[in-house]
Amino acid sequence: MSFAPDASVAADALPTIYAPATGPGAGAVAVIRISGTRAGAVVTALAGHLPEPRRAMVAALRAPESGDPLDMALILWFPAPASYTGEDVAELHIHGGRAVQQGVLDVLAGLPGLRLAEPGEFTRRAFENGKLDLTAAEGVADLVAARTAGQRRQALAQMAGGLGGLYDGWRDALVRVLAHLEADIDFPDEDLPAGIAQSARDSLAQVTRALVEHIDDDGRGERVRDGFRIAIIGAPNAGKSSILNRLARRDAAIVATTAGTTRDVVEVRMDLAGFEVVLADTAGLRETGDEIEREGVRRARLAAEAADMRLIVVDASTWPAIDPAVGALVNDTALLLLNKADLVAAEKLAVPAGVADNWPIRAVSAMTGAGIEALLATLGRTVAARLGAAESVPLTRARHRAALIEARDALFRSAEADVPELVAEDVRLAVRALGRITGRVDIDDILDVIFRDFCIGK
Amino acid sequence: MDGPEPLYKDFYDVIVVGGGHAGCEAASASARTGAATALVTHRLDTIGEMSCNPAIGGLGKGHLVREIDALDGVMGRVIDRAGIQFRVLNRSKGPAVRGPRAQADRRLYRAAMQEVLSGQPGLALIAGGVDDIMLDRNGRVCGVRLDNGALLRAGAVVVTTGTFLRGLIHIGEVRVPAGRVGEAPSTGLAATLERFGFTLGRLKTGTPPRLDGRTIDWASLEMQAGDDPPVPFSALTKRITTPQISCGITFTSPAAHDLIRANLDRAPIYTGQIASSGPRYCPSIEDKVVRFADKTRHQIFLEPEGLDDDTVYPNGISTSLPESVQRDLLTHIPGLEHAAMVRPGYAIEYDYVDPRELGPSLQTRRIAGLFLAGQINGTTGYEEAAAQGLVAGVNAARLAGGGLDDFTLDRTQAYIGVMIDDLITRGADEPYRMFTSRAEYRLTMRADNADTRLTSAGLAVGCIGPERARKFAVRQQALQDAMTLCHALTATPDALAGQGLAVNQDGQRRSAFQLLAYPGIDFARLAMIWPALRAIPSAIAEQIGIDATYAGYLARQESDIRAFRRDEDLLLPADLDYAEVPGLSNEARQRLIAGRPGTLGQAGRMTGVTPAALTILLRYVRRRAA
Repeated sequence: MSFAPDASVAADALPTIYAPATGPGAGAVAVIRISGTRAGAVVTALAGHLPEPRRAMVAALRAPESGDPLDMALILWFPAPASYTGEDVAELHIHGGRAVQQGVLDVLAGLPGLRLAEPGEFTRRAFENGKLDLTAAEGVADLVAARTAGQRRQALAQMAGGLGGLYDGWRDALVRVLAHLEADIDFPDEDLPAGIAQSARDSLAQVTRALVEHIDDDGRGERVRDGFRIAIIGAPNAGKSSILNRLARRDAAIVATTAGTTRDVVEVRMDLAGFEVVLADTAGLRETGDEIEREGVRRARLAAEAADMRLIVVDASTWPAIDPAVGALVNDTALLLLNKADLVAAEKLAVPAGVADNWPIRAVSAMTGAGIEALLATLGRTVAARLGAAESVPLTRARHRAALIEARDALFRSAEADVPELVAEDVRLAVRALGRITGRVDIDDILDVIFRDFCIGK
Repeated sequence: MDGPEPLYKDFYDVIVVGGGHAGCEAASASARTGAATALVTHRLDTIGEMSCNPAIGGLGKGHLVREIDALDGVMGRVIDRAGIQFRVLNRSKGPAVRGPRAQADRRLYRAAMQEVLSGQPGLALIAGGVDDIMLDRNGRVCGVRLDNGALLRAGAVVVTTGTFLRGLIHIGEVRVPAGRVGEAPSTGLAATLERFGFTLGRLKTGTPPRLDGRTIDWASLEMQAGDDPPVPFSALTKRITTPQISCGITFTSPAAHDLIRANLDRAPIYTGQIASSGPRYCPSIEDKVVRFADKTRHQIFLEPEGLDDDTVYPNGISTSLPESVQRDLLTHIPGLEHAAMVRPGYAIEYDYVDPRELGPSLQTRRIAGLFLAGQINGTTGYEEAAAQGLVAGVNAARLAGGGLDDFTLDRTQAYIGVMIDDLITRGADEPYRMFTSRAEYRLTMRADNADTRLTSAGLAVGCIGPERARKFAVRQQALQDAMTLCHALTATPDALAGQGLAVNQDGQRRSAFQLLAYPGIDFARLAMIWPALRAIPSAIAEQIGIDATYAGYLARQESDIRAFRRDEDLLLPADLDYAEVPGLSNEARQRLIAGRPGTLGQAGRMTGVTPAALTILLRYVRRRAA
């Protein structure tokens, strides 16, 4: 069968794209995805005919010109618009060997009107064809990149439209409020229901409350996505890097007994209770003449500031004395670790009365591993409590947060305004900010609501 | 015709076809701009006819009239002479959303309009029907042919034929081809536009029955008076001298609704006899009863059509029910039980040209020299029509006068700009009417500052007469002086507290202008502190007070406007091949090919063009330009 260029598709300039959907390298099975108007023709050219839509078919693949056998493949066919991208999509499930994959990809590359997809292009087409909103598209990207169970759950919810649904819901509520405000402004002579301005204000207050709660979530979703940050801080040579290595169970930071070894911030990402945790080992806090080390100390303080939790490491042999520079960094997220506990007598580890009686304290030994399992369990519980499943879908990206804050501030202002056009002005800004998150912007929505909800026309 | 070369009877720079509100404004604007202009219409005595509601202005519409006036148009001056009840709507709300409105005496309005146009130098009024538009061998407009065979040569033609294109009136089962009651429709021009290849659509609108005011029981009705003193529309009008009247208010009743429901099988909009779309903001009474079934009554304004005219326009019961049902309907309305119907209400279907056929100057993209304005572009309302007429008239004159560049207004400058941009980028699925909510920048585009926004632009294109130019200069100077003074007068919080004005004790000096934004602080109060303010005339003081009220919001809107301008400044090349732009969705591609937006901003306002498509377009155009 020949694969002649089809004149009828020339007007539709969107090329058909293809790409391996499975990771690089050899596996048992590799999947090659093809999307676009020529996807069906490609399958027919390689396999002789198309399978029934959404039914698996096994067929021999052959190179169209030479007839060379390529592989025995499982083929799936999703005609537009019921496909991932909204275009015609075919999937070739072939054997995962490099030669097989390369053979099929070479043949596809030689077909006219086809090109290799750019990264993310399938999802972009899905977005452009209205199959996904922006948050769902971001969810797909997050799902592919998910490293932990927590990230997977969150990305799945977002991809399924949980977040888009939430934001669109608020946007729709605000559009309705705005429509009612506008009706009150634009149709003063109409027999409109009494009190629409007041009920509009009530609805505004409701949406504002929901927005405030959602924004004021302690960054839970962003932490699930980007990692919960734990900074390990303390005086030089307290054993911070050793504790990091114990917790991460590998040699990540340079460990030596000379004070001041960690001059920069060393980060280790780990999976704790299903959530991604970023452990940051920092330079020891002390006054120093060494310029490089001073910079390290500055960065350590920054890392402490940015952290969701602080592990303050103290040398048990000097306990209960504590360097004031270290003590100053204790906050309500801090956990005090008395390291080198194996080197001191148990009674020395007691918390002296009156000193830091509210600080949670754990005795550990990075050297022997004593107390490390218990510490991991404590950290796991803390992270799970802070990031664990709440009822609502969490905020996941800084881009969303910025737009949500813009919307919230506009709503705050609208509550203060004393004439309806100024209330409306800020509600309009809020609608636009929310629409930017999901990629929905349309002014006519407002008029649609007015004429649906009210009998206008004196 | 006597030979191969047609004989033209006369030559004009601009010919305006139609004597409705778009036509009047177009003819006057063209003549004011300096073009030798002819207005051709079937009957000179119907020039300026108000074929529907005898009122001008309202929300958004009142803004349009003030903008027309700021460009020295005629509508504001004419309604000021013909208005019999003036009311500023939304007095309880802020100045940005106040809309001046006036009831007109229809006869006075026609007379005033005809007088103004007759007195306009450079404008000829010609009675005749235009049957066809003539093109030269380059496909450019070169004149019109009248129904008597006469040819008029012209450099540009503005067509403003309203609902006359294949107009079809429905009253119950009765159908009558007509432009409006008693006047023949234009079928010749409809055929011409079709031959030129324009995309035509069909719209519907309606009008209520007219009543004999002598048979209405006014004593039983609630009456609504106008403002006292009435506030004129035009900056050139000192005061309103026409006697003022009141309107009555009544309501439909459950019995009236039952009657309508029982006769829906005879209502053309429900029997399928009318398929075209009507305006959602002006539904017929049968539509209201069906769609808002839980409402037990609908409001009706009883508006006298004139001082010496007993005809009353019952605003709110537009209908195309059979005449006998309309008569019965009146008996179920309080105050109208014994009212005599002068003529029945009707629905009218008419052809319109998809306004996406037009550029921002209202010249068609298909035929050079041909301009369309008014209801033919899918709008409704006298004010919308007049505003388009003005823009088309100025541009036709500029084109005929040697191809000067387009006179256009954008969305940040004027409601006129909002309307034309909406029309040419989004089309009109239903008759288009102006609302203030259509204007993104309505806090800056107010009825009170139309002159500041637009008169300079009018002066630049030469459509402003000497009287207005002089008044404008005086007022702008006074505004500027007063503004300078209000910014120069400042006081510390302590000093203000000493005068009884409580502001934050933050040590910041505040100007008189800043203080005007505070609730409860007005010019009179500040004049007690700074007597110099007493010298500012009250009209100027009011204007500055309004500017101060919105100043905080205007700063934010300024940044919006800058973003808007950025997108408007990004021109999309006329030869841009959208088929070559990779990554556009099919829908966006087709819309862009059909709409050919001039700027990225315009593209963004088209339906079906998503933010994603805009990003792709932006990237493509930038790369191409690089």
